[in-house]
Amino acid sequence: MKKEDHVHGLVISPIKDGTVIDHITAGEALNVLKILGITGSTTECLSIATNVASKRLGRKDIVKIENRELRKEEVDRIALIAPQARINIIREYRVVDKKGVEIPAILRGVIRCPNPGCITSTNEPIESAFEVLPKGLHCLYCDWWITQDIASHII
Amino acid sequence: MYHIISIRDFERRELDYMLDKAEEFDGRACDPRALEGKLLALLFFEPSTRTRMSFEAAMARLGGRSISMDNVEASSVVKGETLADTIRVVSGYVDAIVLRHPKEGAARMASEFSGVPVINAGDGAGQHPSQTLLDLYTIRQSMPIDGIDLGLLGDLRYGRTAHSLAYALSLYGAKLHVIAPNGLELPAGIVSELDERGMEVVEYEDVNDIIREIDVLYVTRIQRERFPDTASYFKVASSYRITPDLLADVRQHLIILHPLPRAGEIDPGVDRLPYARYFEQSRNGVPVRMALLHEVIR
Ligand SMILES: [Zn+2]
Repeated sequence: MKKEDHVHGLVISPIKDGTVIDHITAGEALNVLKILGITGSTTECLSIATNVASKRLGRKDIVKIENRELRKEEVDRIALIAPQARINIIREYRVVDKKGVEIPAILRGVIRCPNPGCITSTNEPIESAFEVLPKGLHCLYCDWWITQDIASHII
Repeated sequence: MYHIISIRDFERRELDYMLDKAEEFDGRACDPRALEGKLLALLFFEPSTRTRMSFEAAMARLGGRSISMDNVEASSVVKGETLADTIRVVSGYVDAIVLRHPKEGAARMASEFSGVPVINAGDGAGQHPSQTLLDLYTIRQSMPIDGIDLGLLGDLRYGRTAHSLAYALSLYGAKLHVIAPNGLELPAGIVSELDERGMEVVEYEDVNDIIREIDVLYVTRIQRERFPDTASYFKVASSYRITPDLLADVRQHLIILHPLPRAGEIDPGVDRLPYARYFEQSRNGVPVRMALLHEVIR
């Protein structure tokens, strides 16, 4: 565990096995879970801490997921809203793997296209697909751009 | 497999290749049995008799045959079935599919479910690549496309033919002069994208300010339903109307294009002037679509 977790007396205990996502942009913890597909109806045992003091970020969020090791392609999706996030894979209370997040070139099934006329906004059996470019996200089906407030378009 | 989905998928040399190929099919070196025994499906989920007939004519001139699902079937018989399923089924019957659909991106999706090539014949407000190719083809019949000054007039906000053409012309170093009514201007996103592609875009209030300095005038339809009432439509429509008087002192080689059908944007008096090329443009749909069909059906 990082020292700063304890400094402020947080009630967030270490986990035996699972994943700790640290250095999440403050306030984005719930969106991170949403992107990872972890909702109230799934069975994971979760701890969430928000607005924790951080040397690097000022404030940050932390999410701990017990008994689930997230794969790289799962965690890369969160890079959109939490580019500084660090992923720690925990086994027997020890960090066995540590990695950053990278924004993938194409996001599939993560973002809902804001264009009501887009084929991905229908009942067709396809996932949305957005190309990630410096200017923003570009829908590969209808050519619309999302340049602002990306988190609000997360499915 | 080769699909024709968006003009954005084309590089300059691919556009030139397709235009050269259309020229080959234009009257002279055309083998009337080139696609003998081949079958094309025309799936039109919204009406466009002109585009459909043009594809049918192109297929027939190459010796192939077409089957089609008309609009009535699209809206009633197949109701409830996804487009993905329709495409999977129909692609088992034919050698290529021409699709027109009201949703943007429908053709891109169809290409993912089809076992045969898909040609996009218009998807909602999205792409209609064969239209852009025939526009380029018509320009090239009169002048080299490189570096032309092209005026785009009319509804530039919703006019997809204008967007695709502008995009394609950015590959030819053309300069764009845009004249649009209030509220129907070229969307800012498109202007900035054209700018990134090195295209100069200049806006004008009045077509009179630029008509004498352009090589091509591309007129698009101004639709009545974009205006709150008939009076404001007529006011705008009349001030954007192309008349013989307006065309005094224009460049001698000026050509005027329009994707048709027109709704009063061009005075019929212009039809007999040497500048009018919109009927040739429409006719050019056949050789251009012959080239596309011949290219994708192997
Ligand atoms: Zn879209």
